Amino acid sequence: MSEPLLSVKNLSVDFHTARGTVHAVKNVSWSISRGETLAILGESGSGKSVSANAVMNLLDIPPAEIVSGEIIYEGKDLLKVDYETHRALNGKKIAMIFQDPLGHLNPVYTVGWQIVEMMTAHGRPADMARARALELIKRVGIPEPEKAMGKYPHQFSGGQRQRLMIAMALMLKPDILIADEPTTALDVTIQAEVLALLKELQAETGMALVLITHDLGVVAEIADRVVVMNKGEIVEAGLTREVYHNPKHAYTRKLIDAAPGKGEIKLLDPAAPLLLDAKKLNKTYGSFAALKDVSLTLARGQSLAVVGESGSGKSTLARTLLRLEEADSGEALWKGRDLITMGRSELLGVRRQIQMVFQDPTQSLNPRMSVYQLIAEGWDIHKLMPDKSKRRAKVIELLEQVGLSAEHVDRYPHQFSGGQRQRIAIARALALEPELIICDEAVSALDVSIQAQVIALLDDLRQRLGISFLFIAHDLGVVRDFADTVIVMKSGEIVERGPTAQIFEAPQHPYTQRLLAANLDPDPDVQAERRASLTHG
Amino acid sequence: MADLSIAKPAPETARGPNLFSMLWRDKLAFVAAVVLLLIVLFALFGPSLLGDLATKQNLRGRNFPPFSFERGWEFFLGGDSLGRPMLARMIVAAHSTILIAAGTVLSAMVVGAGLGLVAGYMGKTTSQVIMRLADVIMSFPSLLIAVVVLYVLGPSIPNMILVLAITRIPIYLRTTRAEVLEVRERMFVQAATVMGASHARIILRHILPVVAPTLVTIATLDFAFVMLAESSLSFLGIGVQPPDITWGLMVAQGRPYLNTAWWLAFWPGLMIVITALSLNLLSNWMRVALDPAQRWRLETRKTKNV
Amino acid sequence: MTKMIGQRAIASLLSLLGLMILVFFLSRLTGDPAVLFLPIDATEEMKQQFRALHGLDLPLIEQFARYVWDLLHFDFGESLRKARPAIDVVLEAYAWTLPLALITMGLVITTAIVLGSLAAFNVGGFFDRLVSIVSLVGASAPDFWIAIVAIVVFSIGLGWVPTSGVGTPLHWVLPIAVLFIRPFGLVVQVVRGSMLSALGAPYVKTARAKGVKNLPLIFVHTLRNGMLPVITVIGDQAAALLNGAVIVETIFGFPGVGKLMIDSILQRDFNVVLAAIMVTAVAIFIMNILIDLAYGLLDPRIRH
Repeated sequence: MSEPLLSVKNLSVDFHTARGTVHAVKNVSWSISRGETLAILGESGSGKSVSANAVMNLLDIPPAEIVSGEIIYEGKDLLKVDYETHRALNGKKIAMIFQDPLGHLNPVYTVGWQIVEMMTAHGRPADMARARALELIKRVGIPEPEKAMGKYPHQFSGGQRQRLMIAMALMLKPDILIADEPTTALDVTIQAEVLALLKELQAETGMALVLITHDLGVVAEIADRVVVMNKGEIVEAGLTREVYHNPKHAYTRKLIDAAPGKGEIKLLDPAAPLLLDAKKLNKTYGSFAALKDVSLTLARGQSLAVVGESGSGKSTLARTLLRLEEADSGEALWKGRDLITMGRSELLGVRRQIQMVFQDPTQSLNPRMSVYQLIAEGWDIHKLMPDKSKRRAKVIELLEQVGLSAEHVDRYPHQFSGGQRQRIAIARALALEPELIICDEAVSALDVSIQAQVIALLDDLRQRLGISFLFIAHDLGVVRDFADTVIVMKSGEIVERGPTAQIFEAPQHPYTQRLLAANLDPDPDVQAERRASLTHG
Repeated sequence: MADLSIAKPAPETARGPNLFSMLWRDKLAFVAAVVLLLIVLFALFGPSLLGDLATKQNLRGRNFPPFSFERGWEFFLGGDSLGRPMLARMIVAAHSTILIAAGTVLSAMVVGAGLGLVAGYMGKTTSQVIMRLADVIMSFPSLLIAVVVLYVLGPSIPNMILVLAITRIPIYLRTTRAEVLEVRERMFVQAATVMGASHARIILRHILPVVAPTLVTIATLDFAFVMLAESSLSFLGIGVQPPDITWGLMVAQGRPYLNTAWWLAFWPGLMIVITALSLNLLSNWMRVALDPAQRWRLETRKTKNV
Repeated sequence: MTKMIGQRAIASLLSLLGLMILVFFLSRLTGDPAVLFLPIDATEEMKQQFRALHGLDLPLIEQFARYVWDLLHFDFGESLRKARPAIDVVLEAYAWTLPLALITMGLVITTAIVLGSLAAFNVGGFFDRLVSIVSLVGASAPDFWIAIVAIVVFSIGLGWVPTSGVGTPLHWVLPIAVLFIRPFGLVVQVVRGSMLSALGAPYVKTARAKGVKNLPLIFVHTLRNGMLPVITVIGDQAAALLNGAVIVETIFGFPGVGKLMIDSILQRDFNVVLAAIMVTAVAIFIMNILIDLAYGLLDPRIRH
């Protein structure tokens, strides 16, 4: 291999934080050549973004401190050059795009201005920059480029915003594009489009692409080589296919095994009695119809998944059933009683039987309450367990049921990791001995390895306690592992429903087929096959 | 690098480092707290201990210059135009100054926060009515109104508290409402709703504890503002009336003697500055200390300079 | 946007109405208006005349209607002191207060924004600490006291500037300087805090990754976002100045609205007081609309 374009050598960075020094990355080395795609794969806290931020001089020093290492680009060590030299490279030679393009685009300037600035900031004339911006906006597939130039970021969709970010990054034809989780906040179909765009543009310009991600599927789809990071260290590096098929390090193996969508598909018990029977639910916000004639049934012990992209109405459905939103019309019979029209006092009784687990446990647990207070609150509300001396033992029992222990009782939510917090939220739901738990994206904020554990826990509760689940998710792999029945929603309507095996193996509706096709498989070979069949078919 | 914070579960005590040790670390805020404590002690015990001393006229001590122990400690900061000791008078004046400011801030906060909770939590109509009312108060020319009202109603301490409190209510109302609107959308409030918690429970157990630190921070800052407003009114002669004294009134009484005895107006003004400055410092510290998301700034101070 | 300004206009009209009612009741229900409006040594005959002239013998509701009708015509009656329409006296005083307020606010806004932004960019550094301490002290100092100390030092002690009056540009120096200090201290702190959080925003990271230089990074990319909370505070401070810098004007003998108010109250010229309050309320109303427009100008999300 010829001289690499950019190489990071033995980089160590410390963060001086509240609780002492964290070694964010230790002796990290990687390099990339022209035209190549390198993925940096890691879970949260692995330090996967740190080296890229060091390349761009984006680390805040302090609290960060570069302990050792060098970053060589065109014969110069970027850690030693002065501020002005580094600034002149940023955007011009090495460009970067980010997750959450809404936050990363300036809300008060037009996108045209922001894209043009990429060139004017590096001394190019404005008219030339404008022409180039128009050309690129058209190239990344934004309709009406002239008009788009004068619009503000909030007037575009998430996918369009990421396309505009990409256009901005390519203004000066950089040698290297660093993409930090570029598709994480996007729906799967949009993700597939953006990844395809990145690949095309790379082929056209010959730039090197560094892709930072937590998603094995993204790596399989786009990367030539991958480095796997865990706790600030590179545990494994190599060609994507080889790493996937012959992982050498235990952590890599664990990561690959945890990828969802490979377990046995579950079957629905046809004899189970009916719990919930919702008919023709409708809900509109102004002129926007969030739910259109949605009907579903749910039996005891069933796990029903509702799948859809953002804006499909799947969360509105959950909120309507929980009476967090009022439905415009329709009924939802809970053991024969209509949830939608039920009075306050009767609803209070039902609230005990239906519990909810939210997406982000950091936000769904009151930060000022201890674990004991959090779990016992339901008993106060429903006047259960009047003998307070027994409560503590019961809380501990619940904690043990979700894999935590007695020592955690008096701690506060911020002292736990994300996965532990979600377990606390589950224990809180269990405290009221519910018959149905509604999970709204309950595992999508968690790392893959923790996701697998939480799913296993929920499934265990379903089998042991006979609890039913309404499982709202966008991640098809997780759904395949957990649900026995699937409902696919699009624009407020149910487009397809059926047993999990049928939906995944013989989807009928074109939208379901598209959704499944866009879902990335962690196996690079499977992805390559799919791409081949797409181009030929 | 938001993801780094999750890297290590935090090994700390259940409630985090206590407030006192955090205050001790920020030396400026610590000094401010001590000064304020001292002033509160003056306000509480000044009149009963030094009341007689502060009102005893002594014609030989008229405009007695400061920085001398010749006539005893109480004349160290000089004597006023009637020969009363400045130092003792200032300590006694703390009483009314603090009483008015505290009365105003407390009543404005209770009313404002109460209305704010209702406006933020209840339906749109209630909220709109309350907010328009706040807008009305906000667009009153408040100082002019205060001047007129006090002139008509008569300048007494309860009237001052009433007028000042009404002008300050919107501050608390708006802050509380804005926070409630944000907090009520948080997941843990919805989680409580799903569990069947009543409105009272949600407001008192879940919303108020989150809003309270902000209110305390604002109240501290507002205390300084109210004190300055009161002293302005007293300075103009439509605030506190003799024989009651506040620092603002003392500055007004010293003004005719600017050319000959600067200390008559200077010291009480300096007391106002010191008190307001301490309140500002403490409020800035609280803004960080009471916010779990920012608290690390105080905790890290030691390692940061390494 | 239009809705927002419409709401504001309604609120302001309500406010004016509230003000009218308040003033009416203060003048009628707290005693005999004849006593309040006429000089202390007025005879019983004069009081009778006054009552008849102003319809004080009419039913209360009719009195209120007449009172509102007069106000709508900007008829506040005569100034007792100057024997001219009260509104003329007030507008004359405003001709002095307005430039004083505008110059002061202009200085406050420019200096506070520049210093506050640079302090936020240099957070924790020497410059930041200096700006923080100066602004804290500034925000804590009562203006009457600063005015007195300034007169002692600069007028009496050093003799650089006159103590009171408005004859020359030099007369404006101390009033502006004294008025400047508190709003400056408050606005700097808000600018600094707001810029500090704006500088931590993701779009700033994007700009750095683009290779944008530091000055445009602070004053182009960040400032426009950081200004939104600042505008509210600037509005509050401007409103306070429009209230008439009562104290500073009194101390420096500056013939503005604030001094007029105090003089009129002390000399029982109640018509002028009433006119001054109403004119100030209208001025604040106009300024609030300007503030709303400024919001829309800065943030496209509010405009749409």
